[in-house]
Amino acid sequence: MIELERVSKVFRPRRGEPIRALEDVSLAVKDNEFVSLVGPSGCGKSTLLKLVAGLVPASSGTVRVRGQEVREPYPDAGFVFQSAVLLPWRTVLDNVLFSIEMLGRSARDHHERARALIELAGLGGFEQKYPAELSGGMQQRVAICRALVHDPSLLLMDEPFGALDALTREEMSLELLRIWDERRKTILFVTHSIPEAILLSDRVVVMTPRPGRLARVLDIELPRPRRVDMEFDERFKTYSEAIRSLITARPARAPR
Amino acid sequence: MRERLSGTLLPVGVLVGTLVVWELVWRVFDVPRFVVPLPSGILVETWHWRGYLLYHSWVTLYETLGGFALSIAVGTPIAVMLVYSATLKRALYPLLVVTQAIPKVAIAPVLLLLLGAGEGSKIVIAFLVAFFPIVVDTATGLAATPPELLDLSRSYRASAAKTFVKVRFPMALPFFFSGLKVAVTLAVIGAVVGEFVGSDKGLGYVIVSATSYWRSNLAFAAMLLLAAMAVGLFALVELCERLVCPWYTAGRERPEPAGE
Repeated sequence: MIELERVSKVFRPRRGEPIRALEDVSLAVKDNEFVSLVGPSGCGKSTLLKLVAGLVPASSGTVRVRGQEVREPYPDAGFVFQSAVLLPWRTVLDNVLFSIEMLGRSARDHHERARALIELAGLGGFEQKYPAELSGGMQQRVAICRALVHDPSLLLMDEPFGALDALTREEMSLELLRIWDERRKTILFVTHSIPEAILLSDRVVVMTPRPGRLARVLDIELPRPRRVDMEFDERFKTYSEAIRSLITARPARAPR
Repeated sequence: MRERLSGTLLPVGVLVGTLVVWELVWRVFDVPRFVVPLPSGILVETWHWRGYLLYHSWVTLYETLGGFALSIAVGTPIAVMLVYSATLKRALYPLLVVTQAIPKVAIAPVLLLLLGAGEGSKIVIAFLVAFFPIVVDTATGLAATPPELLDLSRSYRASAAKTFVKVRFPMALPFFFSGLKVAVTLAVIGAVVGEFVGSDKGLGYVIVSATSYWRSNLAFAAMLLLAAMAVGLFALVELCERLVCPWYTAGRERPEPAGE
């Protein structure tokens, strides 16, 4: 589904030193795989998502999605960000249909699909509410529906639960897995939270900062469906420690 | 309900109280009426000259609204240009600041020379005073679009025009309206400044001519009408804001979002 081949990204600000956001990243993600990117701030996780989405061009290397080299944004991806960024003047239903309208497709033809998604996300009955009437977790559910309504095969999530409280966060993780179970997608999921990454993913990609590189890719061999109490599983702890030690390890090369 | 009551009763009470104290102090200490008149005197005078005052109010209102409309028509596109083109921003912004740095009272006589003493010159002065806050606030609002929404629009390959209509402009509406609120009160000032410099109609003219004949009752009546006009226009813009972006004004009053 996604292939990154020796991808590097250097930002050249008008003033100051160029920033090496990503260096020599190679990664392959299979169809319908759930892959998390974990790492400290500044390791280029979000940049990696934008590269895959075609929102920023790679400085070198190639990004391919479904065998096609990515040179510009394409509509086969859905985006979820840390904040829900809903349009406050639109109802839940119209916020979900926003994707359809921006894609230039007929909103009327997608009403049924949008309603089904809203139902699936546990927001049935809230179709005509406005974002200001919803809690943070509910707003993020709407954002997930908005990202899925045009049925993309790829879902890019940039710390989608980062702004939620711990309890809501856990609940949302399970909710996401449930939705993913019904509507299989390839998911690239950026997070700061190690347990969240393990709980959700088939594979966890651990990154190191400045320049962002892949430290290691871990296969998470916990059975699905995942449950919150798997956190007490021995394997969970082993993964967790492995990831933590990779992140906190001093970089092999001293920074400039 | 109780809050709403005290929200209107309190300022009205203070106003009435001030007028009563004013009236009493003036009567007790016998302040010369031709300097600062009695509230009751002003009311009587306003009623007596109602036809005359109404005519001149219309003139000032017309000039104000003309300048205000012009400032929306010119200010909004300028704001859009500033946000969408870095080059235009570098080219225009310093000039805009310079136009604001020149005191309008200073250029009013020149404008009157150029445009004549009719309503046209007052409209232009009102426009010059009023358009700047519209430009600054609208530009701020347009620039404040969450970058995620712009990424989203780009990933859907939506055109810039579509993104502007569906996302950026509606997002900027609360800023646009706060610009309008400042602008509309400034437009009143602009119109009156123009009338002060040279005119034979409008409430500014009434004040100038009344004071030169020591008719402070009439001058105060005109001031009162100007204040009422500015407050009324401000309230009208606020009403429009409430109608156009209820999500924004309602959000400020809503106490708690629904739980999970």
